[in-house]
Amino acid sequence: MEQLVNKYAQKLIKSGLVTPDSFILGALDVTLTWSPCPTSKTREHSASAFGWEPLLPSLETIFSALNINSLLFARPTEPYNSIIEYLAEQNEHMIEPKDCETRTFLHDLPIVRSFDPEQIIEKLKNRKSVIIPGHGIITWGTVSPEQALVFFSSVCFACFVKFFSDHLVHSRTGNVSQKEQSVFDKAIVSLNPLPEHPPELMKGPFENEEQVYRAICEAGRKTVVYQLVDSSFGNISLLHNDNLYISQTTSWLDELGGCIDPCPMDGSTCAAITASSELSAHREMLQRTGMHTVLHTHPKFAVILSLDCEKENCEHEGLCHIKCTEKRFVNDIPIVPGEVGTGPTGLCNTVPSAIEDHRGAIVYGHGLFVLGQNDYNDAFKNLLAIERMCRDVYFSKL
Amino acid sequence: MNGWTGKILHINLSDNSHRLEHPDHNTYHSLIGGKGLAGSYLEPFVTLPWNDPEMPLIFMTGPLVGTASPTSGRMCIMSRSPLTGTVGDASVGGGLGFQIKKAGLDGIVITGHSKNLCGIEIVDDQVNICPAENLAGMQTEPLYTRLKDKGSVASVGPGAENGVLFSCIMVDGNYTAGRNGLGLVSAEKNLKYLTIKGSGTIAVNNANNLKKAREDIFRLISANPLIAGEQGLMHYGTGAMYDLTNTRRMMPTANFRKTVFNMATSMNAHAYKQKYSPRRTGCKGCHILCKKVTDNGMHLPEFETMSHFSALLENDNIDIVTRANSLCNELGIDTISAGATLACYAETEERTLNGKEILSLLEDIGKGRGIGRELGQGSWRYAQSKGAPDSSITVKKQELAAYDARGAYGMALGYAVSTRGACHLRAYPLNHEILRRPVATDRFSFAGKARMIKIAEDMNSVIDSLTACKFVFFACSLEEYAKVYTAVVGEETTAHDMLALGERIYYKERIMNALNGFTQKDDDLPARFFEESGSSGNTIEIPPLNRQDFLQTRANYYKIRGLDNNGIPTKEKATELDLKWNNS
Repeated sequence: MEQLVNKYAQKLIKSGLVTPDSFILGALDVTLTWSPCPTSKTREHSASAFGWEPLLPSLETIFSALNINSLLFARPTEPYNSIIEYLAEQNEHMIEPKDCETRTFLHDLPIVRSFDPEQIIEKLKNRKSVIIPGHGIITWGTVSPEQALVFFSSVCFACFVKFFSDHLVHSRTGNVSQKEQSVFDKAIVSLNPLPEHPPELMKGPFENEEQVYRAICEAGRKTVVYQLVDSSFGNISLLHNDNLYISQTTSWLDELGGCIDPCPMDGSTCAAITASSELSAHREMLQRTGMHTVLHTHPKFAVILSLDCEKENCEHEGLCHIKCTEKRFVNDIPIVPGEVGTGPTGLCNTVPSAIEDHRGAIVYGHGLFVLGQNDYNDAFKNLLAIERMCRDVYFSKL
Repeated sequence: MNGWTGKILHINLSDNSHRLEHPDHNTYHSLIGGKGLAGSYLEPFVTLPWNDPEMPLIFMTGPLVGTASPTSGRMCIMSRSPLTGTVGDASVGGGLGFQIKKAGLDGIVITGHSKNLCGIEIVDDQVNICPAENLAGMQTEPLYTRLKDKGSVASVGPGAENGVLFSCIMVDGNYTAGRNGLGLVSAEKNLKYLTIKGSGTIAVNNANNLKKAREDIFRLISANPLIAGEQGLMHYGTGAMYDLTNTRRMMPTANFRKTVFNMATSMNAHAYKQKYSPRRTGCKGCHILCKKVTDNGMHLPEFETMSHFSALLENDNIDIVTRANSLCNELGIDTISAGATLACYAETEERTLNGKEILSLLEDIGKGRGIGRELGQGSWRYAQSKGAPDSSITVKKQELAAYDARGAYGMALGYAVSTRGACHLRAYPLNHEILRRPVATDRFSFAGKARMIKIAEDMNSVIDSLTACKFVFFACSLEEYAKVYTAVVGEETTAHDMLALGERIYYKERIMNALNGFTQKDDDLPARFFEESGSSGNTIEIPPLNRQDFLQTRANYYKIRGLDNNGIPTKEKATELDLKWNNS
């Protein structure tokens, strides 16, 4: 387990959501392993800055009270920390973001006001995360520390999106409090500028499978490097000959080696049962457009703008993600409803037709799809340009 | 009472009597229903021989059955297994659980031994025990056709009547309580069938909350490629797994001597779709509908059957697989054990069986003829009798399902420590080792697997007690089902509260097995997995399992589960879980 917990500790640091001294990740098999190791001398100094050391007995109490095998306690980096602290101030018991990740997987984000193991345990018995203002976030897993990372990442993403979309509404209605403005000002200082230019990616058309795999892995990795997605979200595919090569479900875009399923377009095998839940949408998009690559990520400002609707007294209020009938756009980019996957309200029913005549399509509260002709160069260029445009539009609306 | 009906029907076939029992509130809340509640009726008798008249045959539903809860059509059948001698149970779908609940019952406990072959017919609160001598030897499909107007039907076929140790109980013609030989317990009681029809409804505490919880689950199902994806269970049934196990090089082939089947692409779910153009069908109360049926009513084989009657027997004729499946169902014998026993026979005979032989041997087993009488005792006993014990690929004398243990190390441990003999479903680590849910784990590593298996066994005990379908847990978790349970029964419950109940239910099974002498020597895998490689290729290495790593992981599992070094429950852990256990 030590190897496993160290692997995910490194991954967490690499994600930029924590600093090396702002988290502790535990995994339990027969014995409990923490990373960073609480007894490590090199850790002692920095540990005190975050303050988990005195909380270690409480964390172990939480661990033993739940039938789990991993636990993450972390204070996120800025701007996430300030945003989450602020939202926790504004909401007494829970935060309820409207993005797709929360709605589908987390449901809501409970809050506990003090580092009281009993209260924390009660919340974690019901939900995958708990926010403890002044301390951080706790998440858990029953299979692997990876679950705790994914949940932590989802909480950060959901709160970021909620704060910025709420702020847009408050700004429009003149309801921005001083505190909110101060958090917002601080948050935008920590926003990294988007790279000016897209990367140079492998050029298609590709001649063989080996090139296909390399091209997909490269594009996936670059979307993470360019901060256009948190690495545990998103999916990617490439049509080559009669196979759609697509990332597997729950794979990380920056670690796609061995996680790509070749899926015959004629459906003659089910070997791609582990393929991304968006397989149907990818295939339909490529069949409609004659393009060969799909890139789907969750760039924050595209998602934030998708939530921003000025229509009042709408009959579908609260059900925008499945019922919206408005023709909505961010400039030339359509925004469509649709849930993850292939159900009757799935995005596979809305995105393919929406993207046919556009550079990309945004799914309400979820993310952005872009296409490429032969490789990922044009797709990536559009991805970057659309997110930049969304960022510009967002700030122009304030 | 919400969710539960508060009534258990006891029937004694020795004197044709019956009575109603009203378990108390605490019994329901601590045991949930299904497997948990059934275990409490088995426990007092579990040290009796399986064929003792006092040995109960238990049909138990859960609190969600008959409600609008997703996948609420399943139930548990339990007794002591004739095949393994362990706790014997099976989760089964169809409409039986639904009708039991509508008849105002949570479960039926059948004891005694009828003098003559009989049937039980229940309509609401009316119970009739009917002579059935004229149905002796009747196959399950014509029997179902004859009885279906009487409601939902559970029946045994000729296999059980002829003493097959892996005979099953068929529900509504084609839903199988397949494993552990429970059909033989019924036949031993001279019980050919049970029919039940009810007209009541199940009270639910908060219908609005149930609706919301149900929507959350449906959303997760829609988002899940394994269930709702275009190659998933909704479209291809469980056969969707077939290509995956082969490409992962873990498809048991030639009696587990290989792990890849070269003809798999012509025997996969797509091939069945092309050949038979089936439509979807499934259990009452389920929208996944993972079973496949043709226009003329023929049910197509499910994944395990597809795999064992093709790869395991090296048969490349899809018609033979389909006919073998129908034949097993008609005869009322478990397809997994039947296929694996024939594969063992083929190995001892040092040849491959042709299609005609496969079908005729199945007939021989079900009808107790010739070599079939020996094979009907299962591969372990057959292999022992032939002096070739290594050709039986079993755990606790039960045959392995269609996942090779060398291809997924959590599965290897799960098979070994399962309380009902080789069972892929007790822990079902396929979820994360192959299907990447909720996240992927390294299938070729034992790291962390001891606790993963323990937690999964606890969770699946809850699922089998609720009684829900394990497939829905590819998409959701107990977090969502705790909301369903709370909405139905009306008492605030969390996922972790339920896991604690699951731990207690599973530990009780370990106690029952320990009472029958099961120890660490039984929690083991066939030698083949430690001595022979699988079929490596396409950059995937399938080495033998490392014996020391396996033993260390099993030892870790024992510690985590609260067992001693011999795999026996401890007084301390039993006390902690409020269970009786005197290890002396």
